[in-house]
Amino acid sequence: MAASKLQRAQTRLAYLLVLPATLLILVIYIIPILFVFLGSLTDYTLVSDYYEFVGFENYQKMFGDKVFANALNNTFFYAVLFLPGAFIISLIIAIAIQEQKQFRSILEVLYFLPVTSTLAAMALVWAALMDSGQGVINNTFQLFGLPRVNWFGNEDVVLYSLAIISLWSIIGFNMVLFLAGLTSIPKNLYEAAALDGADHPLDKFFRVTWPMLGPTAMFVAVTSSITAFKLFDTVAILTQGGPDRASEVFLYLAFLEGFEYFNMGYSAALSLFFLGIIFLFALVQALFSDRNVHY
Amino acid sequence: MADISQTPTALWFDRFKPKSLGRVITSVLLFLGAWVMVFPFIWMISSSMKPTDEVYDADFSIIPKTFKGFENYYGVIFEQPYLVFLMNSMIVCIGILIIQLLTAIPAAYALAKLKFRGSTILFGTVIAAITIPINVTSIPLYIGLVRVGLLDTYFAMMFPFIVSVFAIFLFRQFFRGFPDSIIQAARVDGFSEIEIILRLILPSAVPAIAAFSVFSFVAHWNDLYWPLIVVQSQDKMTATLSMMQYQSAFDTDYGRTYASATVVTAPMVIAFLFARRLFIRGITMTGVKG
Repeated sequence: MAASKLQRAQTRLAYLLVLPATLLILVIYIIPILFVFLGSLTDYTLVSDYYEFVGFENYQKMFGDKVFANALNNTFFYAVLFLPGAFIISLIIAIAIQEQKQFRSILEVLYFLPVTSTLAAMALVWAALMDSGQGVINNTFQLFGLPRVNWFGNEDVVLYSLAIISLWSIIGFNMVLFLAGLTSIPKNLYEAAALDGADHPLDKFFRVTWPMLGPTAMFVAVTSSITAFKLFDTVAILTQGGPDRASEVFLYLAFLEGFEYFNMGYSAALSLFFLGIIFLFALVQALFSDRNVHY
Repeated sequence: MADISQTPTALWFDRFKPKSLGRVITSVLLFLGAWVMVFPFIWMISSSMKPTDEVYDADFSIIPKTFKGFENYYGVIFEQPYLVFLMNSMIVCIGILIIQLLTAIPAAYALAKLKFRGSTILFGTVIAAITIPINVTSIPLYIGLVRVGLLDTYFAMMFPFIVSVFAIFLFRQFFRGFPDSIIQAARVDGFSEIEIILRLILPSAVPAIAAFSVFSFVAHWNDLYWPLIVVQSQDKMTATLSMMQYQSAFDTDYGRTYASATVVTAPMVIAFLFARRLFIRGITMTGVKG
């Protein structure tokens, strides 16, 4: 009897403990998601209270919209520029830093510094470094006889410029993730590989490091892809999608539609599309990490 | 071959083998790379101490030719509302963190150690919600705040973040590792569940709480998206949001502009330099940057 009374008291307490969090999850996540879904079926705009259900018109509009296609294109092009660098450069630096003895911690700090900094503020610095007239980068280019580049004014260049800034801000982050993965590889595997004749660093990399790094590599690839799809800050501060929509990426378009033009219904459809992409990445990660984690 | 390299005579010229030369080159390249990573900060600090016309000078030098550091920083801190911006960022970040901990820790303990109906559904919801970024729910949250007339308030700036599903997940995993036998023994000794949380679980969870706190603080200090949506007046502007003003010629004194950029990014960078391990652990915890 006493035990079940204690049990009941414990259950009551459990409900009390989860109550605040549960209510807030309801108000901040569940109800808004339902409203995003319902809203995406209406022509709701913030400026008028009158709205109608329009079925899947917003989605039809989205897939027929040149502006949407453009934003998607820009996002993918940017991701193609950004992702290989975010992955490969970080991995190379992690491997190189791991082999350092005396400089390891200072190098780690220097590479990680951009990650902690406020990107919105550093974007202003990058704007100056990449200034087409007197920027340090163009001046350096000139010194080496390279042509001056119009980093933010040229439609064909602007996504490269944004990708460079994003690389700068993420390399230290991915490097730390890779370092964690590298440190967890047992040393005796390298010794065993050396006995088998894998002496060359590249041999060691492909026979031991790369297979053992599988889960970490997957994690970095997925999370970097999500980061690429969430590009926003530098666009908002530096280009506002310009010149001529050349840097209007997906999240910035959704922001404009919702909070500049107040096309809430359409923006809700864009938001759900965005969520779909994120879920897709999460799914890929869940599938692969389950298979790869048991070594 | 392997035998020969083991002999002592081979050892002295080992140092000149390409392997160690390679190591020197690697170090040099790594430091060159580090220079690229750090250069924007050096340029920013250097420019923040220059007069306007020197910022874009063709022959760039790190040491300012005319030192205007004092004027620039004085201008930013005392003539422009940067103290207000920094204070707003502090209030919002601290407020968010405290409520996150107050809501997440009890829920995580219940999910980890107590049996109740619905716990599986709640935990499943928590996991699902982790994948939902603010960018998806921002429209209804914004409309809701407009309807209740709370736009441009600290409440609006904090509201979407006061429950962290990530914190609930993280702490639940952490608390599960706490031995049940100790909790049972404490119950037998007459500890209430609240006492168990405060006196046993919390002290053991300090590393996880510290790492999460860093993660939360840095994420919200650097957040541009949500303040851009809900903040309308300069008195509620956060330090990060204030950087948006410069796209519309807010200040044509470039030296002072970079002094303000330095002031905005300094708190996180300095805190990082003082607690490096904790920062690296905290920030990389989720894997998703920003």
